Amino acid sequence: MARKLNLRIWRGDSTNGGLQDVVVEANEGEVVLDVIHRVQATQMGDLAVRWNCKAGKCGSCSMEINGKPRLACMTQVSAYGDEETITVTPLRAFPVIKDLVTDVSFNYKKAMEIPAYAPPAHLKPGEARMEQVDVERSQEFRKCIECFLCQNTCHVIRDHEENKKSFAGPRFFIRIAELDMHPLDILKNRKKTAQEEHGLGMCNITKCCTEVCPEHIRITDNAIIPMKERVVDEKYDPIRWLGSKIRKREGIV
Amino acid sequence: MTNLEKYKYDVVVIGAGGAGLRAAVEARESGLSVAIICKSLFGKAHTVMAEGGAAASMGNVNSGDNWMVHFRDTMRGGKFLNHYRMAELHAKESPDRIWELEVWGALFDRTKEGKISQRNFGGHEYPRLAHVGDRTGLELIRTMQQRIVALQQQDARDNGNAESHIKVFAELTVTEIIKENGKVAGVYGYWRESGSEVLFEAKSVIIATGGVGKTFKITSNSWEGTGDGHALALKTGANLVDMEFLQFHPTGMVWPPSVRGILVTESVRGEGGILTNTAGERFMFKYIPEVFKNIYADNEAEADRWYLDQDNNRRPPELLPRDEVARAINSEVKAGRGTEHGGVFLDVSKRLSAEVIKKRLPSMWHQFYELAGVDITKEPMEVGPTCHYVMGGVEVEPDTAAAIGVPGLFAAGEVAGGMHGSNRLGGNSLSDLLVFGRRAGMGASEYAKKNGENPVSDASVKAAAARIEAPFSRTGGENAYSLHAELQEVTHNLVGIIRTGSELKDAIEKIAAIRARSANIAVSGDRKFNPGFHLAFDLDNMLLVAESTAKSAILREESRGGHTRDDFPGMNNKWRQVNHISSFDGDKVSVKAQALPPIPKELFDLFDVHELEKYMTSEEIAKGGSN
Repeated sequence: MARKLNLRIWRGDSTNGGLQDVVVEANEGEVVLDVIHRVQATQMGDLAVRWNCKAGKCGSCSMEINGKPRLACMTQVSAYGDEETITVTPLRAFPVIKDLVTDVSFNYKKAMEIPAYAPPAHLKPGEARMEQVDVERSQEFRKCIECFLCQNTCHVIRDHEENKKSFAGPRFFIRIAELDMHPLDILKNRKKTAQEEHGLGMCNITKCCTEVCPEHIRITDNAIIPMKERVVDEKYDPIRWLGSKIRKREGIV
Repeated sequence: MTNLEKYKYDVVVIGAGGAGLRAAVEARESGLSVAIICKSLFGKAHTVMAEGGAAASMGNVNSGDNWMVHFRDTMRGGKFLNHYRMAELHAKESPDRIWELEVWGALFDRTKEGKISQRNFGGHEYPRLAHVGDRTGLELIRTMQQRIVALQQQDARDNGNAESHIKVFAELTVTEIIKENGKVAGVYGYWRESGSEVLFEAKSVIIATGGVGKTFKITSNSWEGTGDGHALALKTGANLVDMEFLQFHPTGMVWPPSVRGILVTESVRGEGGILTNTAGERFMFKYIPEVFKNIYADNEAEADRWYLDQDNNRRPPELLPRDEVARAINSEVKAGRGTEHGGVFLDVSKRLSAEVIKKRLPSMWHQFYELAGVDITKEPMEVGPTCHYVMGGVEVEPDTAAAIGVPGLFAAGEVAGGMHGSNRLGGNSLSDLLVFGRRAGMGASEYAKKNGENPVSDASVKAAAARIEAPFSRTGGENAYSLHAELQEVTHNLVGIIRTGSELKDAIEKIAAIRARSANIAVSGDRKFNPGFHLAFDLDNMLLVAESTAKSAILREESRGGHTRDDFPGMNNKWRQVNHISSFDGDKVSVKAQALPPIPKELFDLFDVHELEKYMTSEEIAKGGSN
């Protein structure tokens, strides 16, 4: 049941660009990435788009579809009306390289700033013992496919280039939370540095990141809010601060 | 080329999937400087698609497991065509490689005792796969990616430069491995973003580029699986071994067309999923081959009991090695018992509760719900075979991963051949890339330490640069996209899951014709992030791979593992002694037979001789191993 689809694609580079209209065939069950590939193969051989797995597992084909940050491989064409024009544009928070491809190096720089996993020195390979229930908290955050849609949608940096320097963004708040909740990690003060060095305090919990996450990670509820609360607790309650340190040490085998 | 971008490293790793990253970590930890080059962004490699798990005989779930049992399973799965030494190293070292990931921060699912949990998989006698739900590959990639970041942070602290010893060059395509004086001297390529060219001088080069799936029409592979490393190795003078063996994973999605080929993890069957045809028949009982009759249940009652009591029942036939299940599904569909979309049904909803399915198979649930509108907790999935993995690959020395014939060249992971014989067991890929990624890193480091710099000549640079410019200098030539589609038609129809001599002959001619036309590919637009330009180079690699596969397949007159000949059904024990070695003379691929290294006595003795009689000739049995 092929139909003609009106697709509007942003084409250009860092110097200039604009929307171009194309009409392309769309078949039953196809996703937006399929029709972009068809345009590439038949009308615009040099149309730039990133993609890899085409199954929502690698997080490469992030773009904005009718203004919403989405994975093109997981967005059904049929989700839009027959007469509706689908507009695809590059992620807005990052500089355009060409067409739908943006420079996401900001995220790799931020990844470098998060202190790595720190296991206890005496722990030998094969000796670790952890309860399933304890690893599950961090596992939720390790589902992250690094599509950077959360980074793109976060209003702290989306329209505020100046904030990028001091703000790691939701993707890296869940990375910090993941390490903080890792049953074996021994590095202290992860929450505190999240607040003081990575810009956790700039987040005002609008949950935009959670809404766009294709992995349905509860970024705000399970990572950001608990870290913010505990930062506050620790700042004002020495007993709780001590308790949290003891609890953490007990997690070590 | 005065303004050519140039780098110098001890070791260059091509590919940033599991094998490449593990190799890079090893080389870096031996004190050398390492460049990692990848076609995609860092962390996007196809390894993230691996779902089920990594096989390692840790014995956490069943203490009867050990390396010898794993070795036996691997050889059986490969129908004894595996290089025995690779299978041995793999079985012995996998547990250490998994535990090491845990030290680097990986969080595998746990047993009740808090150890790493292990799940059942096809062809594995015991629960053996370390896993994280059904996203194990992502966990491996992320763990090693973060390990590399940790090493860079260490370098930043030690000498103020995070990239002093290990640097990732993302979105860069390698077009050539350069040799000087008969030895590896470096690699040449271009930035995908700008199209500008780059030279890396290196003492040793590790190829870790993964598979070839994009040569085929229906595949679980991403766009990156274009056989780059296979082709680069051939062009550099290395050999490929047994390229006729392609694994068609039995369960890919079949509907809607846009998702055709996308993987449905074997864990669905490991967790109790059953296969039925449109007549409602659980058909796998009809397809248990003679060699497996003693370990697979021949009736539903016993197969179902196995999920509760694995010691006293034989395994369900849904868990036969992948080649068997893929052929069975193919036969059912051909016999008219398939669905309207050419698949069969895979159902896990009757065995597990919705809650358990969503917990153990979260990404499958998500994938079917979002892409096919199917709720797998309530209804069956439609599945069929998809080109998934190439067993064939670069011929290497097992212990060092050194490519035979090219000093300074190494290969690990899917791009290397020999380890899996004629068919890979599920779960053996993730462990393979850890074990041999590390060994390639060690091998390449040792070589780099022993050998001095081998400068790249201007002539080599000029030749490599001319090749990159060529498609832009033509106008009105062939379109790379259409040629790729034509190649995929040929391989799908003539070199696919079931083959015949006459069709393979036809395929060889057609592939040659497409290759001739590909010399005239013209590219529109400029060099800046131009997918048409990128595909022109990928296609050249796929054409060499397809030629090697078709030419190896026409010679092997038997059916074994991932190579099924309609005109030569059944295994022939004489053919088990033969490896097919592909080489390239600059013009075409030639394939010759080479004797498989004989299995030494201590490994021979791990098997019941009556089992070996099914695979080996009476002379081999009489010898009882090679020493």
